[in-house]
Amino acid sequence: MSVNKLGKMAVIGLSAALIAGCSTTATETDTSSVSETEAKTVAAESTVANSNDSSAKANDESFGANGNGDLSSVIVDGNGNVVSADVAAAAETAAANAKDMLLGVAHVFYFDFDKSIVRPEAREALAKHAKYLVANPDAQVVLEGHADERGTREYNMALGERRAKAVSRYLTIQGVAAAQIESVSFGEEKPLEFGHNKSAWQANRRVEVRYE
Amino acid sequence: MKKLKCFSLGLMMLLLSGLAKAQLVIEITSGADQLLPLAVVPFAYEGQDALPADVAQIIENDLKRSGLFEAIPRTNMLSLPSKKEDVHFRDWRLLKSDYVVIGSVKQIDASNYEIAFELVNVLSQKTVEKHEGLAVKASGMRDAAHYISDKIYKLLTGVRGAFSTRILYVTAEGDRAAPTYRLQVADADGHRPQVIVESEEPILSPSWSHDGRFITYVMFRDRRPNIFVQELATGKRQKIAQYKGLNGAPAWSPDGKQLAIVLSKDGNPEIYIFDIATQKLNRITNHYSIDTEPSWEPDGKGIVFTSDRGGNPQIYRVDISSKAVERVTFEGDLNTRARMTPDGRYLVTVQKNDGNYHVALQDMKNGRVQILTETYLDESPSIAPNGSMVMYATTYNGKGILAVVSVDGLVKYRLPSAAGEVREPAWSPFFE
Repeated sequence: MSVNKLGKMAVIGLSAALIAGCSTTATETDTSSVSETEAKTVAAESTVANSNDSSAKANDESFGANGNGDLSSVIVDGNGNVVSADVAAAAETAAANAKDMLLGVAHVFYFDFDKSIVRPEAREALAKHAKYLVANPDAQVVLEGHADERGTREYNMALGERRAKAVSRYLTIQGVAAAQIESVSFGEEKPLEFGHNKSAWQANRRVEVRYE
Repeated sequence: MKKLKCFSLGLMMLLLSGLAKAQLVIEITSGADQLLPLAVVPFAYEGQDALPADVAQIIENDLKRSGLFEAIPRTNMLSLPSKKEDVHFRDWRLLKSDYVVIGSVKQIDASNYEIAFELVNVLSQKTVEKHEGLAVKASGMRDAAHYISDKIYKLLTGVRGAFSTRILYVTAEGDRAAPTYRLQVADADGHRPQVIVESEEPILSPSWSHDGRFITYVMFRDRRPNIFVQELATGKRQKIAQYKGLNGAPAWSPDGKQLAIVLSKDGNPEIYIFDIATQKLNRITNHYSIDTEPSWEPDGKGIVFTSDRGGNPQIYRVDISSKAVERVTFEGDLNTRARMTPDGRYLVTVQKNDGNYHVALQDMKNGRVQILTETYLDESPSIAPNGSMVMYATTYNGKGILAVVSVDGLVKYRLPSAAGEVREPAWSPFFE
């Protein structure tokens, strides 16, 4: 019974690895058209793509699961079966250190309307992120820029990226290697607050620091 | 006596407009004296099964939605002729109807029907257009109605009708913090929606190829934006851009061979042209500011785009061969996401004035600017292929919906949304 289960898991793991191999090819031509298959494909691929480089950074992910979305927690669960015991133990210690270093440090930084200037009150927290990244050169951080709902969507995509890059510059000035940082933008697509008012707009003009 | 009739007519119209709200909200703001009055008489039906669609009603709705016609309410009609010999012209003159559309639907077998229609001028009593034996499947009844609307519109206005076109749009439904995004396609009147792509990550910037066979859009995957090209009929698709940073705002060239896209892989957002045959990229803009939202001129020689190189975002034009850039918009606090009418005469933008975002129309000949909309947080304007209407996204009762405005700003209507947020409309080209 339990052996059977393990066998199934191994198959799932193996097929995931195979798909991961496929998904790294530059231009894919996939033919999924039906909406439901689509959703599954997307979900499967996003997990796979993360697990692809997860072995190298298991420590960051366990940290990421702490402050961030369900994506990383899924990976941690899924990896439990694959990662060998000593690697897992090492990851655990590293994760504990990371947690200590960034305990209670802000992960979200806010911006003025149509501006991408890092506010003075953000500097202290960002300096701590920089310190952590310098101390952990294998750590990878994604800076996710966001805009409020006003204005057009693609312009807001550009604006979100500009904000992420402003934070990225702040980190590199403090000695973080550029290769450790990725700046991406969600534009106005992922608001934190859903009102159509000033306080919601302020909450949504932000950069979120996410460790991969 | 006359007064009484006037009153009852007004009451009827009030009642009818109340009924119409359930399906499609039509708010015509132009003076009624400018509208061409016509009557679309319910089509006679001969068949075993229930009529799949009220063809006359679809035609009437189409023509009313164009904002150029006033339809005589069915309840005022004194007779319901389906052949010209049964048309009593005095009655229709009394109702002040300039034209009468009559017709019939006949069931041939389980799934096949035949439609006949005739457009008659009430004053001259002459037939303007007559068609018989239009073969239609039960599922194609709406297509047939839109086809007839296109014919009538062209005959009476001289402009090609766009009732047989379709729209793409994105919906977001479910938990607001983690909604399900769906890219959908529907008839231009919002009917017959179909889901093309469904995803737990955002979808934006859908647009059509020149022939309407392919679409392109941006979809996030693994928290990063990618650009896709997809064939509508087969669902077959290709990811054409997944570079580091932005991959956005895809726009098909008028000849269908290239896509203008926005990439920030070289540092900041720039416009590139992606050649579909060679899969090669050609960088078009080169500036440290934001350059985004490209849209082709109808002749394919230039691209208009949004740039904040002058401080705040405005529309610029780049000549593709020389790469020379010139500024196009000067009015308003900012202008973004330009689209050009098919004749190249007008530029539609999203303009900000005193904190309000509205759809603006700029005359490319004399530079005159007119604000077309007065709704809230307007964005994503898309122009009908006949240049008559602009569909855009707006916020109504705290919810994202689609709305339409005519290029003269007089006709306005909203498209109903069943559930969730609706956004990012893209009007199809004509289907040949």
